[in-house]
Amino acid sequence: MSEQNDFERRLSQARQKQGLEKTPQTTAGGALPGGAWRIGLRAGTEVVSALIAGGGLGWLLDWWLGSFPWLFLVFFVVGGAAGVLNVYRLVNPRSGAR
Amino acid sequence: MAAEGKTIDALSQFELTHAFGPVGAAVNFTQSNAHMLAAAVVIVAVMAMGIAPRAVVPGRLQAMSEMFYEFLENLVTGQVGHEGKRYFPFVFTLFMFVLFGNVIGLLPYAFTYTSHIAVTFALAALVFIVTTGVALALHGRKFFGYFFPEGAPLWLAPIIVPVEVVSYLSRPISLSVRLFANMVAGHVLLKVFATFVVLLGGLGVVGPVMAVLPLSVNVLLIGFELLVAFLQAYVFAILTSIYLHDAVHLH
Repeated sequence: MSEQNDFERRLSQARQKQGLEKTPQTTAGGALPGGAWRIGLRAGTEVVSALIAGGGLGWLLDWWLGSFPWLFLVFFVVGGAAGVLNVYRLVNPRSGAR
Repeated sequence: MAAEGKTIDALSQFELTHAFGPVGAAVNFTQSNAHMLAAAVVIVAVMAMGIAPRAVVPGRLQAMSEMFYEFLENLVTGQVGHEGKRYFPFVFTLFMFVLFGNVIGLLPYAFTYTSHIAVTFALAALVFIVTTGVALALHGRKFFGYFFPEGAPLWLAPIIVPVEVVSYLSRPISLSVRLFANMVAGHVLLKVFATFVVLLGGLGVVGPVMAVLPLSVNVLLIGFELLVAFLQAYVFAILTSIYLHDAVHLH
């Protein structure tokens, strides 16, 4: 009898995992690995890449419009803000239907 | 090679050379391309041979391919949800390509194609284009609402929109730089300590005894690099799934 119950339990677990039955609460499987160094390096890459993206976008717009330093400077600052935003999202993921 | 001229030459390992002799030189086929081809062949072979027996009790290869499958399946459904299943082949292929590139690159005489920003950025650009395409296909023009959160005051739009756009554009850069930098750093470290072994080994009587130290460091480093190889492939796959989650759910 207990073997039968065990089978039912495992079957329903497997069906939940495959999305055939509604789960009571969704599990966010596989979060990013922790560790102080790892998070620090990730935050660093986020800031640097946002600066590169911002500066690059500004430089491209300048190249297109022929207004060299100005848009580059503006978008470099915007890139810095985007870097801070990236780090904020890294620490504090967006809430929502997850 | 490593210790020619008694200097540390850690970067020459990343230089591209032509593979397959004059034929490869004629079409610019480099050893990097050859290793990509090798990785693809190994991946297909492992998966095809792994699932061929279709045994109820899996053998070693089948257990390995099932492990890869289940690991990635959990990752994708965990991050994207059950709508994410249709993107599983994409994430799986990316993960396997990056993982086998990292691991094959640790073998002696092998080349790590993931240590070139051109390769990793091409992969990240592919992820960027696919996720943007998915978001546009699923949500149409509502996708552009992603760049301006609902409820924010309208006069803030000139500040918020550029920042959000730049933040979105920085994704492929951070994705590619992370993988590239990790692989380059690991291989430079390995090469530097390997050069110490060779240099110390030529230092008379005491040298070879001292050389044991960098050698043991390198033994530890190889283990660590194996971990990094797996971890970076994992990070690449999980960030791809997080971006797919944003593309599918859009909030």
